[in-house]
Amino acid sequence: MSMKEKASIIQSKKGWKNPGVWISFFLLLLAAAAWIYPFVWMISGSFKSNLELLNKGLNLIPEALDFSAYHRAWVDAHFDTYFLNSVITTAATVLIVVIRCSLAGYVLAMYEFRGKTLIMTVLLVTFFVPTGTTLIPTVSLSSDLGLLNTRTGLILALAGGGQVASIFLYKGFFEQTPRELMEAAAIDGAGFLKIFTSVMLPLTGPITATTVVMTFMGAWNNFMLPLVFTFSNTSLRTLPVGMMVFSRGDTVDYAGQCAAAILSITPIVVLYVFCQKYFVSGIAGAIKS
Amino acid sequence: MSRQRSLRRSKTPYGWIYLFLAPTLILFTMYTLYPIGATVWYSLTNMRSFTSKNVRFVGLANYLLLFQDKQFLNSLRVTGLFMLIVVPARFLLSLALALLLNWKRCKWKTFFRTIFFLPVLTTSAIIGVVFIMLLDPTMGPVNVILEQLGLTEWASLSLLGTASTALGTAGVIWVWKWLGNSLIYWIASLQSIPEELYEAAKIDGANSWQTFKSIVTPLLLPFAAIILVLTVSDAIRVFNLMLTLTNGGPFYATETVEVFIYRHAFQSTSPRMAYASAAATIFGLFFMVIVIAQRAVTSIFQKAGK
Repeated sequence: MSMKEKASIIQSKKGWKNPGVWISFFLLLLAAAAWIYPFVWMISGSFKSNLELLNKGLNLIPEALDFSAYHRAWVDAHFDTYFLNSVITTAATVLIVVIRCSLAGYVLAMYEFRGKTLIMTVLLVTFFVPTGTTLIPTVSLSSDLGLLNTRTGLILALAGGGQVASIFLYKGFFEQTPRELMEAAAIDGAGFLKIFTSVMLPLTGPITATTVVMTFMGAWNNFMLPLVFTFSNTSLRTLPVGMMVFSRGDTVDYAGQCAAAILSITPIVVLYVFCQKYFVSGIAGAIKS
Repeated sequence: MSRQRSLRRSKTPYGWIYLFLAPTLILFTMYTLYPIGATVWYSLTNMRSFTSKNVRFVGLANYLLLFQDKQFLNSLRVTGLFMLIVVPARFLLSLALALLLNWKRCKWKTFFRTIFFLPVLTTSAIIGVVFIMLLDPTMGPVNVILEQLGLTEWASLSLLGTASTALGTAGVIWVWKWLGNSLIYWIASLQSIPEELYEAAKIDGANSWQTFKSIVTPLLLPFAAIILVLTVSDAIRVFNLMLTLTNGGPFYATETVEVFIYRHAFQSTSPRMAYASAAATIFGLFFMVIVIAQRAVTSIFQKAGK
């Protein structure tokens, strides 16, 4: 902790005497209550019985702790399968994106070559193409290649479309890396691949962490692609698709839906708690480029 | 410049370069470039489904039909209206909260930021399902709260199931979901303003409002323009939330362009791929025009800022 931070903590301890501090704190608390309420309601609902939930009460404390909703969501509503599908799909997508974006970012940053301007222009122009525009041919191409209704097809579509921001993130990072490192390794006899894997790639720690969390969030929460990729193969549904199907089922199980929602968001909330810094830098990156 | 020249003189390892680019180029071609071209091509044919035989070129017929289709025009109107409701709300509310959170004397900063970020972490499908329950007039707590606040007219209403309130309600939920994202944009922008400037203003005897008006605002303008572009582009692509929350209903009151495309391509028992592709092409163009126009405005602001 720097002196400046210490000083600001001491200063802020005194701060409670200031009415402005109280007012702004109260306003933030009020807003935070509105933001947290749906989550608290969801947690409370997941421990209630459906009967109690239907009773229209505002009471957030369940009459009795009922864990059966978790069992119904996990087993009867197949969230065990959906969860596993989300884990596999997300992990594979993250792996592909990190590999392909670091490779592309590296050569785009370090070398001048024929076709570079064209590649850069195309990447920039298509940066803002919405999924709605590309969805139909993506499905038809996948269908032609036998990839529709397969996990591989879904992963390729998730990892293949867009991700331009990650390429530019790596490119920007490698441009700032001193070339002397490369040259020194080359003098030591390291080849192209060796320089990349053992000298340059290990330096990308924070960039890779940012790419991992942003891709994780994008893939874990993606809805449109898993939805159209699992129409005819329900055993491949991911959590978001499973959630919609569950809510539109024949029997309405509100408590079960709450439990399923909690199960679905827990992994990403845990990831956020441990990697907050990278979420922030990933999102803030959008306004700095 | 000299560095570039020396690189050009040394032998460029083309083999490695293209090998490194290969995964990106192949996937990018398959999932971005080809689909853009194919969408335009499909839109000029009479293709009904992926298995259609005898697909013919029909010129602009789909586009002519589209612009006479009341439902398509409605989806454009819904998308535009939604944008007008949510963009200013998300933009200004997040700015206000960011100013509070960026204040040196603000307490529990990380705690608040985490709370506002929770909905950003949560997939729209879950947000949709949970809000359907929260807003259910027979069991949800929102109607009970409205009743206790004395808003009896609203309390008996299904806010998502009534055509006149559904879009506004979806807008409130959307702002709630994405505010934490804008908050991070604004805080990062505010933190790029050097501390010394605030101190200098204080020494000169400026109060908070004067500081905000003459120091923060001009430095924030270029960032504000970018945040506006990002917010608008998010608002236009509101598909996930609408599909899970209302599925475009009731009576198409919340059917945005992307939901319209999805309905014709994937939800109908007699799909109309070519027709949906024409809508997708127009949507892509509409989107690009707005983004490019805003980029132009942004660069004007940035020049003015310098």
